[in-house]
Amino acid sequence: MSMNTLLIIALSPLAGAIIAGFFGRKIGRIGSHIVTIASVAVSCVLSIQVLMGLIDGELQAFNENVYTWMVTGNVTFNVGFMIDSLTALMMSVVTFVSLMVHIYTIGYMHDDPGYQRFFSYISLFTFAMLMLVMSNNFLQLFFGWEAVGLVSYLLIGFWFKKESAIFANMKAFLVNRVGDFGFLIGIAAVMMSFGTLDYVEVFNQLPDFTDKTISIFPGVEWSLMTFIAISLFIGAMGKSAQAPLHVWLPDSMEGPTPISALIHAATMVTAGIFMVARMSPIFEMSDTALSFVMLIGAFTAFFMGLVGIVQNDIKRVIAYSTLSQLGYMTVALGVSAYSAAIFHLMTHAFFKALLFLGAGSVIIAMHHKQDMSEMGGLKKYMPMTFITMWIGTLALTGMPGFSGFFSKDIIIEATHASTRWGSGVAYIAVLLGVFITALYSFRLIYLTFHGKERMDNHTKEHLKESPWVVTLPLVLLAIPSVVIGWMTIEPLLFGDFLKEAIHVNPANDVVAHIGEYEFHGAGSFALHGLTQLPFFLALAGFALATWVYLKKISVAENAKKTFKPIYNLLVNKYGFDSFNQKYIAGGLIKLGNFLWKWSDSKLIDGFVVNGSAKLVNKVSQAFRGFQSGYIYHYALVMVVAVIFFVGTYVL
Amino acid sequence: MNSWSLLSLLIWLPIIAAFAILALGPNRAGLARLLAMLTAVLTLLLSIPLWQNFDTTTAAMQFVEKVAWIPSLNINYHLGVDGIAMPLIVLTTFITVLTVLSAWKVITKNVHQFMAAFLMLEAFMIGVFCAQDAMLFYIFFEAMLIPMFLIIGIWGGPNRVYATIKFFIYTFFGSVFMLIALIYLYMKGGSFAIADMAELTLSLKEQTWIFFAFFLAFAVKIPMFPVHTWLPDAHVEAPTAGSVILAAIMLKIGGYGFLRFSLPITPDASSDLAGIVIALSLIAIVYIGLIAMVQKDMKKLIAYSSISHMGFVTLGIFIAFALIGKSADTNMALEGAMVQMVSHGFISAALFLCVGVLYDRMHTRKISSYGGVINTMPIFGAFFVFFAMSNAGLPGTSGFVGEFMIILSSFQASFWFAFLAALTLIFGAAYSLWMVKRVVFGEVKSESVAQLTDITKRESFILAVLALAVLGLGLYPEPLIDVMRVSVEHLIQQISVTKV
Repeated sequence: MSMNTLLIIALSPLAGAIIAGFFGRKIGRIGSHIVTIASVAVSCVLSIQVLMGLIDGELQAFNENVYTWMVTGNVTFNVGFMIDSLTALMMSVVTFVSLMVHIYTIGYMHDDPGYQRFFSYISLFTFAMLMLVMSNNFLQLFFGWEAVGLVSYLLIGFWFKKESAIFANMKAFLVNRVGDFGFLIGIAAVMMSFGTLDYVEVFNQLPDFTDKTISIFPGVEWSLMTFIAISLFIGAMGKSAQAPLHVWLPDSMEGPTPISALIHAATMVTAGIFMVARMSPIFEMSDTALSFVMLIGAFTAFFMGLVGIVQNDIKRVIAYSTLSQLGYMTVALGVSAYSAAIFHLMTHAFFKALLFLGAGSVIIAMHHKQDMSEMGGLKKYMPMTFITMWIGTLALTGMPGFSGFFSKDIIIEATHASTRWGSGVAYIAVLLGVFITALYSFRLIYLTFHGKERMDNHTKEHLKESPWVVTLPLVLLAIPSVVIGWMTIEPLLFGDFLKEAIHVNPANDVVAHIGEYEFHGAGSFALHGLTQLPFFLALAGFALATWVYLKKISVAENAKKTFKPIYNLLVNKYGFDSFNQKYIAGGLIKLGNFLWKWSDSKLIDGFVVNGSAKLVNKVSQAFRGFQSGYIYHYALVMVVAVIFFVGTYVL
Repeated sequence: MNSWSLLSLLIWLPIIAAFAILALGPNRAGLARLLAMLTAVLTLLLSIPLWQNFDTTTAAMQFVEKVAWIPSLNINYHLGVDGIAMPLIVLTTFITVLTVLSAWKVITKNVHQFMAAFLMLEAFMIGVFCAQDAMLFYIFFEAMLIPMFLIIGIWGGPNRVYATIKFFIYTFFGSVFMLIALIYLYMKGGSFAIADMAELTLSLKEQTWIFFAFFLAFAVKIPMFPVHTWLPDAHVEAPTAGSVILAAIMLKIGGYGFLRFSLPITPDASSDLAGIVIALSLIAIVYIGLIAMVQKDMKKLIAYSSISHMGFVTLGIFIAFALIGKSADTNMALEGAMVQMVSHGFISAALFLCVGVLYDRMHTRKISSYGGVINTMPIFGAFFVFFAMSNAGLPGTSGFVGEFMIILSSFQASFWFAFLAALTLIFGAAYSLWMVKRVVFGEVKSESVAQLTDITKRESFILAVLALAVLGLGLYPEPLIDVMRVSVEHLIQQISVTKV
């Protein structure tokens, strides 16, 4: 592997972004999309080459610095690349999905005045994401981490006139900053403990840190590794939208659909998952931290899935589904099944990008209406979208044979096999999650493509399949959504592929356990899946959705009334948003106003500063009386003074 | 030593030019502008060899000039720079060029006086950074107030009289105590040379008194909580160019003073009282951050944000003492403080210039008067978002580097220091982005926003230069660190040895 190849992979999208961003008007729309697509295509081809090279064993893992960012004291901060199987896999997924989204955007943003700007942003995003995954140190990781956040901010607020969009992008950035706060504390703790931010140098020192503690509150000693792991994970909670820092992701749907697919489903939101997997040597040292990770994931997987059932906006259903699936990945991390998390990350990237882009195709046809209650029966107007969306749904719900089945089933099995504290609860959550996933997914399919056509006549007249630039990416994503699972499960989970990149203590290695006792090839795994509980739960979800949303829609209405409190709870998203808005944002603003009005203006400025000015004024007013200009006043004072001094002297 | 007195040239060239411009009289505004620009550019060009010929391997003063001035009191015209002063001088000459350019069209009243005041200000600030004699330093330090006083008082806003008097009394109040301390040190050691003062043996009691005297002067200047309230008023009333110089350079003189006087002269007292300064710095970061969030005037918001960012400078400087106690690496903290000063020089300048651009067009700084500016000023909007992000400390911009270094160092001193300092990640983003949301994004808010015209070539040139500086320092801070490394190490040695 040569440094030049890697530099081309990372910098080519940046060059595309710069050209489209600064010279977009000169090179025009076509010029802009050609430049950015070409630049991402170069990255994609080279990334896949690197991945293949690593698989074949032609290439060795790579770790080199590009340049020295800064030397301060005894610490050297570098910018550099660490390319191993995990990185190469991420690079390939990121650039492939990005390429698909670039092509798709030609169709989706066709009439948008900000066409060039959009291409510039998504190429910039690809660069930032590559810097994040290719990094060999925490500094560059944090750079990529925040840079993808910046582009996400710019893209959620892409339609900057829309009040909801510019609220959502600020919210996304700020909620992520809360996570980054934890992340930065974690990085600072790493710096303090290891004296370096270089991954390998940190990992090499880990054995000496087993019993180290840190005292946050006087007299209380916490395990240092638990502290670092949880701090870093708080960063992941922001980026990968885990409760309670998930609130920004549904709102991010205000951005154009291509970026919902690219950033808010396939790549950026999985950065947290990737980061934890990358830091597996650190997380493996703390069972407490992993239990925490697992429970957060389980909570998110289950409860966010439930919210998906009551959403009517097609993109929001998929957004809640993304939250839930990220929860699955987090659970996998929490039970030390890092490879399973990465596996699900990959399959999910394909089928979730597919679902989002499919939803986007529907939205184009519906003239940018996203409410499913105005859809229905679209299958006959847009067959390609219909078929590919079905494929994506089957993959998402984990129907045996589809990619999602393999990755989700492994997570469920791994959770079942885990003996970590709390894994019982997590197991129930991920199991029930399967039912919920099937329920909201098929609900979406039925409300959109089947049943009565509920749109107005004007819309109906113009319904048609999207152009090929839109459907081609759907097809290209549908293929891996079907096949990638059985193709890669063996090498990824039970082979040597990720062994070097991910570290699991033998005692925690639930995936190896499954490999030893339960896994006998992808085919039999799929067949075996047909007899297992998750499959029946998925079927039950499918059956319920079919009955309610295809046959008897009134049931849904009745259920709403019967379970009014639960329904309201779900519609209000458990009140996270209103709580944050009222108490956190509102509270801080109140506090700010209080400090400004009372402390800064009244106390410091009013009382102390202007008060002392007034005091000086008063004192001088008083003394002014002495300088009356009348000689007899001065004479009197002198006489009195002389008498006083002489008097005290004599006495 | 250089055969041609570079530092003197840097100081006296703008002063002579200022008199020449004054002599032009009020009727030749165009020529006054041109001459001021030429002088500023020439000064900038002259400061480049300062950087190029700077020897980064020694902590000794370089480009030294020393001439007896008042021999009876042993006061010398003594100039020199080290790695701490040099970057700040280059920052001064760089920012001055941009501010002269920014005032090109805006100032129409008494142009010759304005430009002359500006060049005087530049000269005095350069003088402050290279004075090696405490008396000379003091004179420049005080002289600086006069042109600034005039700039706000003559070309300022409606409430400029209150603001200038507040500004003047505040800073003057602080520096009087410094003068007393300097005289005391002279009486004790018989020399006004700063280097000699650093060598003096002082009891802890003496050091404590002197420390507080210096502290008052520099804490007001930088400014620190709770002596910060002059800054928002001064900024609001100052013309754009005045705000830029005030935020970008003058505040740094406070930080520079701590590094040049407080630390080397009173190391034991500094160490003893570091806890208080750290506490005040953390209050500045959190409390001022919250206040910045609720500001309704853009300039006030940026002024409060400046105070909050300067909190990092004082935190970085004084956290060093906590680290020496733990025998941890102190370089990062002090170098972080320096980087933060330079970076804030770029970012605050850019933000004030952005507000100036809007103010010149709409004659209001109220956030609520704006909304949807990006619809009519897309290029400006892009710059504004960029600088707001830098202000929020986005990695890749200079705003990140110093804060990152200081948060990392603070953690080594105490988890809670880092915890409070890192809150800026949230608050800094909140006030910066909320302002962006209300000013830049959204539907066109009013008829006057609809009639805005995008920035001119001149304006975008200024902002583009600053943007490049912000990115350059953010992506590759090593050259700046390299310049100051040896001097910072020397300073650490000075403060590690007790004087008692």
